[in-house]
Amino acid sequence: MKNRRDFLKSAATGAVLLGSQSKLGLANMMDQHGAAGKSKVVVAKDGALHGTGTQPDERKVLDLLDRAIAAYTAIHNQVDAWKKIVPAGKVIGLKTNGLGGKGICTHLALINAVCERLQQAGVKPGNIIIWDRNARDLQVCGLTINTDPSKVRCYGSDVSGFEEQPMKWGTANVKFSKILTRDCDMVIGLPILKDHELAGVTFAMKNMYGVVQHPWELHAANCNPSVADLNCIPVVREKVRFTIGDAISSVYEGGPGFHPERLWYPNSLIVGEDRVAIDHTALQMIEHKRAEAGVPTLEAAGRPAHYIATAADAAHQLGTNDPARIHLMEV
Amino acid sequence: MKLVATKWKLAKWMLAAVAIAAVAAMGATGCKKAKVNAFPDSGAVAGWQKTGETRVFEAKNLYEYIDGGAEEYISAGVVTTSTADYKYQSGLEATVDVYTMGNAAGAQKIMDHGQTKDAKSVQLGDAGSALAQSVVFRKGPYLVRIVAYEATPDAPQALLALAHGIESKL
Repeated sequence: MKNRRDFLKSAATGAVLLGSQSKLGLANMMDQHGAAGKSKVVVAKDGALHGTGTQPDERKVLDLLDRAIAAYTAIHNQVDAWKKIVPAGKVIGLKTNGLGGKGICTHLALINAVCERLQQAGVKPGNIIIWDRNARDLQVCGLTINTDPSKVRCYGSDVSGFEEQPMKWGTANVKFSKILTRDCDMVIGLPILKDHELAGVTFAMKNMYGVVQHPWELHAANCNPSVADLNCIPVVREKVRFTIGDAISSVYEGGPGFHPERLWYPNSLIVGEDRVAIDHTALQMIEHKRAEAGVPTLEAAGRPAHYIATAADAAHQLGTNDPARIHLMEV
Repeated sequence: MKLVATKWKLAKWMLAAVAIAAVAAMGATGCKKAKVNAFPDSGAVAGWQKTGETRVFEAKNLYEYIDGGAEEYISAGVVTTSTADYKYQSGLEATVDVYTMGNAAGAQKIMDHGQTKDAKSVQLGDAGSALAQSVVFRKGPYLVRIVAYEATPDAPQALLALAHGIESKL
């Protein structure tokens, strides 16, 4: 991990690279497709995040989030930094991932930390919607269902329902959750890093399977090109504009379900706008861990995450998986 | 004459009722695979409380439970999947999944695929293995997986006790 001085140096370098061409229309300061044409991805790590318990220390998670956002925006005042990420007066969705059950779901400490910072940046509690496929997926994260708009809302697509009309792009012909299409103006993805039995790895882009009615219809051929196709549908492309990836704990084999014997603690957050670059970074982490644990590469295991390259190709142009075009900041 | 006809009609209805009952009984025990409740009630295994309802998924909607992981089970012939949560007296939480496969080979296929080198073999059903936070065993067409959410010192023994409680109901 870099020390504070290195971190500040990196952050300063990031500031130099900042451009005003943010493709996704977020803050002008973002380096998504900045002057250097690179996508910025921040990997913030705290090796002591868990202390002695199995759950991460809440205060440390908040600090880690602050460090990640400061590095990403090059703004050290958290309120100002978050104001660059979220537009004023809009409804912000936080798409969590509880599919794997209690043992491997988006950490409550991270969800709470994001909610806290959003509110400090002026987002009204009722304008924050924590959501996933259904009540169970949210409850396993430790969340309580709430549709009262005077508080932070939390409900699944089982409450909102799905659009009647499917939307299509390539192999993806899907009915979207009304939380995505109607309730939220912008979505921040809060996926959890996992090995995936079919896709190889599931993180930023694959998390979007949880916003459609029948995700299993997108499983053919190791989810390729379906993950990329799904993310190309305008409502996803335009609304899902930021990712705070949870790599606090992860499963490097046997996913997407919980396998305690294959659990590991990267103790990290992976943050950025470019979901392809984020997934590419996450894939490297998983492969590194698999090699360390002596299990075959995902390619050798018969489930290469080729959808990441597909998402970067000329037909999809969702981002980049080219390391030379990713500005990776480890803080 | 009228009385004889009425008695005959009554007898016919009684015969029909007996026949329906017999078919229903066959359905429950013979022709179809019997539904087994493998989940011990609270207190049936010392220290363990069942904390939630048993949820049952057929093969066609297993995706709702383990989307992305369902294919493996479906290709191995899963018929139904039942799951329930438990809590041990020490606060340890665990989830029990019972997969009813089409046959014993299906259960073996899934179990063999998920094996890790460091798993310890345990005497449960036809084959069983245990790790610090999990126990897996198969018995006939049933595959049982118990997973705890913490690695506490009492977890291995507590999980094994729960596994034996389940095995005795299969």
